[in-house]
Amino acid sequence: MADRFGMLLDVGNIVRMKGRARVGKSFRIGTLLFSLVVGAVALSFSSQAPSQTTPAVSATQSAVPQTPLTATPQAPPQTSSPAVPRAGLNVVVLDPAHGGTDPGARGTGGIRESEIVLDFAAQVRRALEAQGFQVVQTRQGNEDPSFDDRSAIANAQGGAVFVTLHIASTGLPGTARVYVNSDLPVTTDAGGLISWDRAQTPFQGLSRKLGDLVQGLLAQRFKGSPSTAQTAAVRQLRTTAAPAIAVEISSVVVEDRADLDRMAPGIADAIATGIAAFRPSYVVPTMGGTP
Amino acid sequence: MTARWIRWVVGVLCVAVLVGAIYFPILRRRLQLAAKLQQQTTEQARRELTQAVPMNPGEPRVKARLFWGSGNSDGLLVDSTVELPLSSDPVLRSKQVLNTLLAGPVDAELRTLPPDGVLLAFYLLPNGTAIADFSEALATATPSGIQSEQLAVDSITRTLEANVPGVQRLKILIHGQEMETLAGHLDLTGTFLVNTKGVQATPAVATPVSAPATPASTDKPAPAPAPITKPGSSTGAGALTPEKGLGKLAQPERKP
Repeated sequence: MADRFGMLLDVGNIVRMKGRARVGKSFRIGTLLFSLVVGAVALSFSSQAPSQTTPAVSATQSAVPQTPLTATPQAPPQTSSPAVPRAGLNVVVLDPAHGGTDPGARGTGGIRESEIVLDFAAQVRRALEAQGFQVVQTRQGNEDPSFDDRSAIANAQGGAVFVTLHIASTGLPGTARVYVNSDLPVTTDAGGLISWDRAQTPFQGLSRKLGDLVQGLLAQRFKGSPSTAQTAAVRQLRTTAAPAIAVEISSVVVEDRADLDRMAPGIADAIATGIAAFRPSYVVPTMGGTP
Repeated sequence: MTARWIRWVVGVLCVAVLVGAIYFPILRRRLQLAAKLQQQTTEQARRELTQAVPMNPGEPRVKARLFWGSGNSDGLLVDSTVELPLSSDPVLRSKQVLNTLLAGPVDAELRTLPPDGVLLAFYLLPNGTAIADFSEALATATPSGIQSEQLAVDSITRTLEANVPGVQRLKILIHGQEMETLAGHLDLTGTFLVNTKGVQATPAVATPVSAPATPASTDKPAPAPAPITKPGSSTGAGALTPEKGLGKLAQPERKP
């Protein structure tokens, strides 16, 4: 909507400039007609946009990369490049946790998790783009989308993985851990639908594989980190219909923020390399339930 | 006339300052006393709550295993043996061990639960699902983070598992309400597995912290997911269908 306003304001500026140049009434009429055409085109696009209250996402729908069908987030995600639909894994949804009124973990030195994960996300994004991935972030600034809104961004993609970034309050400083969601039983209702609340269920095996790959690389870079991924009932992962991991870095208790910042390149490289290694083993589920 | 009026005013002011100087220390002492009394009242109320289940000296003292942190910042738990006169009733027994867990170890560094946390209520349903209702301090004072929150929950579940055989799963409420997360990360909308030996197919269970994830079984992709439905609420809190009734303690959990 703001873009549309922007376009109309630009047109007005052009009109005033041209008026000063005494081009004449014909140009004003032309500009008016142009505005009407642009408005009509914009309206036709908005009428084709998905409803925000669309209640369900099917596996087949989610396998179509360019068709978001779930609730849109509070802040529209920004993609690094135009969507290039293709089979397999091509999108990484990066989730800098917390934000807005929720600072997350806070250190005694004033370190706020919500701020640091944004900086980490920027580095991870660059590393992923270097690997050829399209990156979508759940937040760009100091917003706090809900858990479901963040998941919805991943659920609307086809061939995506989801990585949520956290800084811990505890743990051995200088280490990093990868978490995958605790096992959830596969349960469907009579219509074969999986509840949004269990969206992670079909992806648990893939999440574990991705988590182990990334954790192995983190263990090589950060001594003291575990060698395999951990399981935990992470709320953010439960509603995500994609291979999903949480990366938690220790910790906000460091006295100097630079200690954390120094970890960012290694974290970014491990995540990007791990996801690239995971890519061949991920096949987007297709229609009819066959992989 | 004016000089006399000024003398009167100065005299009254001097008297007021004198009275103030005498009264100020008394007022200060009274305020300190009132604050102390209020603190004692709060402490007394907390003690009454935490000691709602008095240790019965008549019960035989048994060795209870309590799980606190290892103190190595590694997210691991270690068990400590404490002799307690535990009740044979599973609900009373659960309250006793959880209150002891909340009271904390001798070394405060090993704490997994905040010192202000209070167990407000504990119920045990016939199907083995326990419901533990904690005060808000558990949510507000537990350090935010996946590891720290999982460590807090894991210390509770493993302590229950080691000391109360009848508890299969645990639902955690905060001040009588179902919360979406403990401190921003760990999912409290489901139940946590307590009895790891008698594992049942349960919804939304959590496995112990630091347990390595089972390696991916194959290189094959996961089976295609069925369509997903999203509830009307965007928060998702309390939306897990099988346990929803537990939040209000109104009805027993439906078996999956």
